[in-house]
Amino acid sequence: MRISIAPENRPIVIASLFVVVILLAGTAYTLSTAGSAPLLSPNYLLQQLQTGSFLGICAAGMMMVILLGQIDLSIPWTLTAAAMTATAVGGDMALPTALGVGIAVGLLNGFGVAYLRIPSMIFTLGVDTVLRGLMVAQTGGFAPQDTATPLMLFLAKDKVLGIPVAIFVWAGVSAIIALMLTRTGFGRSLYATGSREGAAYLSGIRTKWVIVGAFVISSVCAATAGFLLTGYSAKAYQGMGNAFLLPAIAAVVLGGTHILGGKGRYTGTLIGVVLIVLLNSVLSIMQMPEAGRQIIYGSVIITMLLVYGRNQRVTS
Amino acid sequence: MMRKASWQRWLYQNVGFATAVLLLTVLYLTYNMLHPRGFSSAVAIQNSNEAAAIAFVAMAQTLPVLLGGLDLSVGAVMTLTNCVASELLNGPAWQILLGMFLTLLTGTAFGFMNGCIVVYGRIQPIIATLATGAIAIGLALLIRPKPGGNVDDDLSWALTNSVYDFADTYGLAEGGDAWWLRPFADIPVPVILIVFVAVAVWVPFRRSVTGRTVYAIGSAEGAAYMSGLPIDRAKIAAFTLGGFFAACGGLYLAIQTSSGNADIQQAGAYTLNSIAAVVLGGTSLLGGVGSAIGSLVGAMILRVISFYFRILDIDPLLQPLIEGVVLLVAVSFGAFRTLRVKNQLDLFR
Repeated sequence: MRISIAPENRPIVIASLFVVVILLAGTAYTLSTAGSAPLLSPNYLLQQLQTGSFLGICAAGMMMVILLGQIDLSIPWTLTAAAMTATAVGGDMALPTALGVGIAVGLLNGFGVAYLRIPSMIFTLGVDTVLRGLMVAQTGGFAPQDTATPLMLFLAKDKVLGIPVAIFVWAGVSAIIALMLTRTGFGRSLYATGSREGAAYLSGIRTKWVIVGAFVISSVCAATAGFLLTGYSAKAYQGMGNAFLLPAIAAVVLGGTHILGGKGRYTGTLIGVVLIVLLNSVLSIMQMPEAGRQIIYGSVIITMLLVYGRNQRVTS
Repeated sequence: MMRKASWQRWLYQNVGFATAVLLLTVLYLTYNMLHPRGFSSAVAIQNSNEAAAIAFVAMAQTLPVLLGGLDLSVGAVMTLTNCVASELLNGPAWQILLGMFLTLLTGTAFGFMNGCIVVYGRIQPIIATLATGAIAIGLALLIRPKPGGNVDDDLSWALTNSVYDFADTYGLAEGGDAWWLRPFADIPVPVILIVFVAVAVWVPFRRSVTGRTVYAIGSAEGAAYMSGLPIDRAKIAAFTLGGFFAACGGLYLAIQTSSGNADIQQAGAYTLNSIAAVVLGGTSLLGGVGSAIGSLVGAMILRVISFYFRILDIDPLLQPLIEGVVLLVAVSFGAFRTLRVKNQLDLFR
């Protein structure tokens, strides 16, 4: 008997299977070399998820933008800018400052893409460069206060009930995003605008606001990730966000969200993040050099997308 | 009367390109006037050396963009070919030539692979090249885990200086003193290389059926398909040619720096700058409009802006900010289109 899976869920199922394959392969490797199976211990997995939560939050925001068929290349420096301003302000105002930076960047991105109609690829790239410039100009001349505040340390490093708090934050963000996508008008407008903006506009959706909203969510998520990451590494530093952009896009796409917008489920993005995090940790257990890591990383993305099935031949 | 009309129509159709050329001319002339040694061969040689690699990479990016896609692997392919070249460009003359050929072949083959994945795997170009870019960087790291390399010194000197030095190094044209070489003696060799590649490769491609199909796909893929144009062939050719241009960039970078460097950050920076250059050169990210020549101009604009920092004595800490603002303002000029739109629906393409 053939089990039929809705085309929407196909990538999710395949990605989950692949996660299991990675776990098994990693365990087989550790069993054969060290005789132990750290990959299957709950503590190790929780620790991996803790480091993965930063990527997970970035990917959640990125998914909103990709659902619109846009992309947000300003994630790295939004994250860094939020973290650096938050630590510079410090104290109780750190969290509002970080979120404020996120909202401001999101509004700017959304304005450029929705109102000026500049392709998001180039506009967010420009915003990223400007943010980098601002941070270099702000911090270059003197040593700013860059140590993490107690709240950051608590959110990123502490554990409650034996589970790292960062995972709770990630879960909270995930719950909000998942509910928003499936249960609210904004979520449906997001899918509608991503599928065909003209039709959504004619149906009475304020598509420009939807676009601005998605970019604001994306930037706020990046800012939150920056806030947590500062706590995790105990300080904010330049370039702390560089490692998140491409994995975030890859996680969203591996989770089955269509890069041209309109299709995708949040569960997929979650699994995409888990897949990338586990792949990374298995490769580091194997002590794979950077070269092999990059090659495997690229091959996995290509192979999985080939397995997911192919796009329509001609889009018109 | 007729001539004027066709001239005006060309301007109307290529307003982005014309603006870019005007901007570059103004910027570069002003730069040379401000520079203490402006309008000299030495300044031109230095500038063209710094602009050559990004110019090639910008040309490479143009082709996927014309299709309506994006190639996130151009910087990585450039890095890969840079590393290949740093291994092969030494020894006797035939070995160097073979090395150049193999370098260009590597990039071209990689581009061909990109094209096949996009066409036969039917994966969106942006995400396919994101993945192949990682593979290219991985291969580059395999070839050259640490920066370094061994490039023939004569070659390096001859190709990064003026025509006179080129002739002098290889004892051509009476060591560079021949009367017929005089008019060209001060031209930097990289300029000649770029113009040669643009004229010998890009122009014929643009005029071929395959080249025109690339434009047709970018404008309306469905219509191009219905018209019986060779869609698959054109897409693969576009990515292959993109790989070739990226390889030219990598080859030149190896000759210029006498080394190879598998630097992930550098590859990413080249990719992102190439997108900026393509947009500045008047190519639409929606596809179908623009040219590699325009991207060449766009890349040079980007570089000239950074030259200004040297002579204007701007605080180095402010440089990234100014670069970013210039880029943002430049691309925001595209927003004028939205002001002319009378029907809201025309905004949604």
